[in-house]
Amino acid sequence: MTGAVPTVTTADAVIENAPTTVADAAPAGRGRLVLGRLLAARGAVAGTVIVLLLFLLAFVGPYLTHWHYTDIDYAAMRQPPSATHWFGTGGLGQDVYAQTLRGLQKSLIIGLLVALLSTVVAGLVGACAGYFGGWTDRLLIFFVDLMLVFPSFLVITIISPRLKNTGWIAFVVLLAAFNWMITARVVRSMTISLKEREFVRAAQFMGVRPLRIILRHILPNAASYLIVDATIAVGSAVMSETALSYFGFGVKAPDVSLGTLIADGTDAAPTYPWMFYFAAGLLVLFVLAVNLIGDGLRDALDPTAEAGRAPSRRAARLSRSTRTPKGSR
Amino acid sequence: MLRYLAKRLAYYLLLLVVSVFLAYALSSASLNPRAYFEAKQPRPSAAAVDRQLTALGINDHTPIVERFGHWSSDLVLHGDLGRSINDTSVNAEFGRRIWVSLRLMLIGSLLGMLLGVAGGAWSAVRQYRISDRALTIFSFVVLSTPVFLMALFLKNGAIALNQASGHQLINFTGYETPGLTGGFGAHLSDWAVHLLLPTLSLALGGLATYSRYQRGTMLDVLGSDYLRTAEAKGLTRRRALVKHGLRTAVIPMSTLFAYSFLGILTGATFTETIFGWHGMGEWFINAINENDTNAVVAVNLFAAVVVLASGFVADALHAALDPRVRH
Amino acid sequence: MTSPAELLTVRDLRVEFAGARGRAATPAVRGVDLTVRRGETLGIVGESGSGKSVTALAVLGLLPGTAGITGSVELDGRELVGLPGRELARIRGSRIAMVFQDPLSAFTPVYRIGDQIAEAVLVHQKVDKAAARRRAAELLDLVGIPDPVRALDSFPHEFSGGMRQRAMIAMAVANEPDILLADEPTTALDVTIQAQVLDVLRTAQRETGAALVLVSHDLGVIAQMADRVAVMYAGRVVETAGVDELFAAPRHPYTLGLIGAVPRLDTRGGPLVPIPGTPPAPSQLTGGCPFAPRCPLAEDRCLTGEPQLTGPESHLAACVRADELAERRPAPAEVYPVPDVPPSALAPLRADREPVLRVSGLTKTFPILKGAVFKRRVGEVYAVDGVELDIRRGETLGLVGESGSGKSTTLFEVLGLARPEAGRIELLGQDTAGLDRAAVHRLRAQLQIVFQDPMASLDPRMPIGDVIAEPLRAQRTPKPEIDRRIPDLLRLVGLEPAHASRYPHEFSGGQRQRISIARALAVEPQLLVLDEPVSALDVSIQAGVLNLLQRLKAELGLAYLFVSHDLSVIRHLADRVSVMYLGRTVEQGSVEAVFNTPRHPYTRALLSAVPLPDPVAERARERVLLAGDPPSPTERRAGCRFRGRCAVYTALAPELRTRCEQESPVLLDAAPDADHAAACHYPTEGQA
Repeated sequence: MTGAVPTVTTADAVIENAPTTVADAAPAGRGRLVLGRLLAARGAVAGTVIVLLLFLLAFVGPYLTHWHYTDIDYAAMRQPPSATHWFGTGGLGQDVYAQTLRGLQKSLIIGLLVALLSTVVAGLVGACAGYFGGWTDRLLIFFVDLMLVFPSFLVITIISPRLKNTGWIAFVVLLAAFNWMITARVVRSMTISLKEREFVRAAQFMGVRPLRIILRHILPNAASYLIVDATIAVGSAVMSETALSYFGFGVKAPDVSLGTLIADGTDAAPTYPWMFYFAAGLLVLFVLAVNLIGDGLRDALDPTAEAGRAPSRRAARLSRSTRTPKGSR
Repeated sequence: MLRYLAKRLAYYLLLLVVSVFLAYALSSASLNPRAYFEAKQPRPSAAAVDRQLTALGINDHTPIVERFGHWSSDLVLHGDLGRSINDTSVNAEFGRRIWVSLRLMLIGSLLGMLLGVAGGAWSAVRQYRISDRALTIFSFVVLSTPVFLMALFLKNGAIALNQASGHQLINFTGYETPGLTGGFGAHLSDWAVHLLLPTLSLALGGLATYSRYQRGTMLDVLGSDYLRTAEAKGLTRRRALVKHGLRTAVIPMSTLFAYSFLGILTGATFTETIFGWHGMGEWFINAINENDTNAVVAVNLFAAVVVLASGFVADALHAALDPRVRH
Repeated sequence: MTSPAELLTVRDLRVEFAGARGRAATPAVRGVDLTVRRGETLGIVGESGSGKSVTALAVLGLLPGTAGITGSVELDGRELVGLPGRELARIRGSRIAMVFQDPLSAFTPVYRIGDQIAEAVLVHQKVDKAAARRRAAELLDLVGIPDPVRALDSFPHEFSGGMRQRAMIAMAVANEPDILLADEPTTALDVTIQAQVLDVLRTAQRETGAALVLVSHDLGVIAQMADRVAVMYAGRVVETAGVDELFAAPRHPYTLGLIGAVPRLDTRGGPLVPIPGTPPAPSQLTGGCPFAPRCPLAEDRCLTGEPQLTGPESHLAACVRADELAERRPAPAEVYPVPDVPPSALAPLRADREPVLRVSGLTKTFPILKGAVFKRRVGEVYAVDGVELDIRRGETLGLVGESGSGKSTTLFEVLGLARPEAGRIELLGQDTAGLDRAAVHRLRAQLQIVFQDPMASLDPRMPIGDVIAEPLRAQRTPKPEIDRRIPDLLRLVGLEPAHASRYPHEFSGGQRQRISIARALAVEPQLLVLDEPVSALDVSIQAGVLNLLQRLKAELGLAYLFVSHDLSVIRHLADRVSVMYLGRTVEQGSVEAVFNTPRHPYTRALLSAVPLPDPVAERARERVLLAGDPPSPTERRAGCRFRGRCAVYTALAPELRTRCEQESPVLLDAAPDADHAAACHYPTEGQA
């Protein structure tokens, strides 16, 4: 027995370095983990492929035909899809393929810009309100509530006559300006709980300055929510854009978007379905793909997605399901 | 609990006043009723236009605060919403249209909520089975279709159906057949047929949203300690799920109720326009195009009241469902 | 077959959790054998992940659908595994009832306590609602809830933690079950409340004659309550015996190590015995003895086959060398490597060492706000109301108090380095009231903190090299200097410099706490504030961290402000101790003086409530049970704040009580020159 007792070591600490499963993972473990989970979610993979194909279609597709979206083929009016006009022609002889791709381009760009802009605003405003609290917070929440009283559709519609000559960039700003509030609320409540977390307190007691704490600790830890939210915001922005354009309050001629194309094709839909369903189908397909990516991303970024769900995820779920109808429903 | 609700009510009234003022200011600054009169043939004199604008209380040469003062004191003292641009009473129009819209919104949202909550809870309990996946896919497709497009799809589907059958099976224009004769029963079924598509356009979105969300909260609850306690007491799984699980999982739905009304309001605007209902939404879009400031403000007032009322109902629901809020 | 005395027999119970999306299943319980006899108390002890809670839940069939259960669970000869849900439901709550760990989440938040207890009655008994409600009130009375009829209408969130756990026990005994399964029933509770709840469990057991299966990680609780004990490790029972024999002569090296790793209230000094390594993840089991990689007695044969439970029926152990241990009865330190802790090289006389932190009369109130938009002040919470602290160079002050005593608020006030609401804070001779921003920033480097939860205190998005560099960057240390320091710091706390690029989640709990300590030491502070630094760790890991802290203190001459609810840890590590109650310091002094001759009745109750990991000593103790919960700190009553729960006050003659009611006691030294003071008008003299 005596011989079995090992020599006494003073390195009391080193003993804890016995291998554990996680400790042996490579440093880049998290990124790979998320990617692995994302690839395992078939919906997200399908969504990504669809979105990539749609971008390819929107930006490379126009070069595959010699028709320009403003061209008019007087020889062919209201013609069904054919070898010359792949998606058929419109009431004046416009090439529906060229028009649809042009509209898709515009809708994609608007969706991306609005999502980017509104997420940045939401992240900064939400984090600042939550972190500084007090009157900053109270005023912000009142402001957010105030902006939530009216559906954004109403407000943008009222303002739109003033924007007749400013083009679509102003429209992007307007859409973003009415799309950040719910996200900001969620980021704010995430910040409030992050602020109580010990690593933030530790940073405060180390003397790290507030803005640095927000940038280095708060926002990175809210990032997975913001990424998911921004993804889904692309979809909801496109839905808002098309709805407004459909009623003539969004993108206006000479610009075209999926919304204006759907509006033009509505009356013809029962008799000349190609004038309506190509644009409508692409719109639904794109939003669906984006939603699938968002859903897959959320599950991949959230280690507990499978079993229990963390509170912040719950918040994300709330915002997602509430914002989707908000923009355009 | 009453104190809590009274506090919320006070907060909503404050929001209402501020937001209505902002809506008034925005509408007055953005719309241009002067252009409406100047475009008349023969073109009236500048003084005549000014007179008419002043009579309607929408002269852009008067400061906005002063205009709002007149408008709001008329509203508060006489319940008068002013006159619309063609000199008819806004109140009369408001009264005609409000029930058309409310009927659509209430039926659509309640239907969507009930079906969604039931579907979501059911889906969560059957997680990863075929029925859960089917509902999930359906919800995703619906959530990816803007309401106006959903309405158009339904309308086109109805046209195709009517053409195929050779009868007017589904009547989708307006909210009743004009000049219909017959008894109460005939009117009721006529209403129901007209309601079908517009209500469906709204309810499907609600169903998809509520079911996704209810599924999530229900899944959270499925792993909760108190559900385990209920089972440890000797309740069967099914009873524990309904009595302890579902009862707790519906609490967050009240928050969703408030937000979803924003969507319902926008959605109703679209469906009304597409199905030819003469409701508030259609009025709003016409009023914008005619630069009819007072009508636009009236619709905004309606929207604000509806949204804040739904927020208040959500708070009351939340307090009724969750004892932790009451204290 | 089951013998009549054996109520519940578990044979070769195995539980596996299905892996997500086709990944391999994870075994959680790997062949557990247990018997429970009528009326006895069986303690199941083990660290996190040992499978003890899963075993308890598996008995009742309460595991989620992803769990696969095999083996046999027989209740009075009736097989429970594989029983249809409806029949199992009839047994649950009536013959076997369960008390869960976290009583807040274990009650449905939307129903009243009374309705939830009555429901348990109605499920199994044919009585009407009114009778069930009467029964619920009786049960609440049994578990000692004051005014039980009124308590019936309370919601779970209106109860304190201790009250909820009492109500939970009431619900469990509603149908007079044969077996009461209690899964960590006191883990979330303060030590005086724990003592109350354990007492209620004993009462409930006495009233119903039920057998009690008590699952716990706390060897003290087990020693106090159990008749027999089963020790679990990596999903199996590794040793089972009567409680006295298990503690006196353990036959499994793991049990021996656990006993050596626990700091004890009744002994002091010397390093603890840490068990090297961490418990294996289920995926790492190789087929040998799961404890072999951590076992100092491991031999080649331990790596090839997993030993079965063997030995006499009364004392089974799953170790090939159990007989050797039974014969030799070594002390833990004779088997496990014990680190040296160098003696501290400071001036031994307290008066000769310069003060590091001095706090006197510290007060902090929080406003109670009302109003939805415009908040107005309607009252105040006296979170801290008269705290005294005194720490000199190289010493450790233990700050003790239960939840709500104001410990954390005190810490944050000190760490805030601002002018306090009232009183005075002096750090290294500088009064914080007179500091400008630059001075505060400089002083921050002298004062660092280590938090309780090692996961929460490290930003999960930062590699640990950046985590440790953060305080250096905040102090504007040049980059080359930072790069040079990080490997040194990692080595200092026993980690490898190569780990700097890894993220916090890649480390075990004990390693993360070491990272926190390295971060705190980066700027070479003089005072380290340790806020419950080991309470989130398992005992075998905790011992290693405590030893590290002792070594660092001796090597670097650090002073510690060590906050803990665990008096055993304080006793082990601290030189001086300060006891707080409701925001006030009620007793302070050298550890020996306060622990051996406590003068304040609260300190006495606190010490008495701590269970000893020694069944013989436990039985010999006299217990002082503290009544009720601490009162709300919103009212600042005249006189002594403890008198509502004070045994001394209750025993006083009415004319002597007046003093306690009117005069707030101040800290008074026990004797001139003695390092021991208590704030009590009628302090206890003599031994505890």
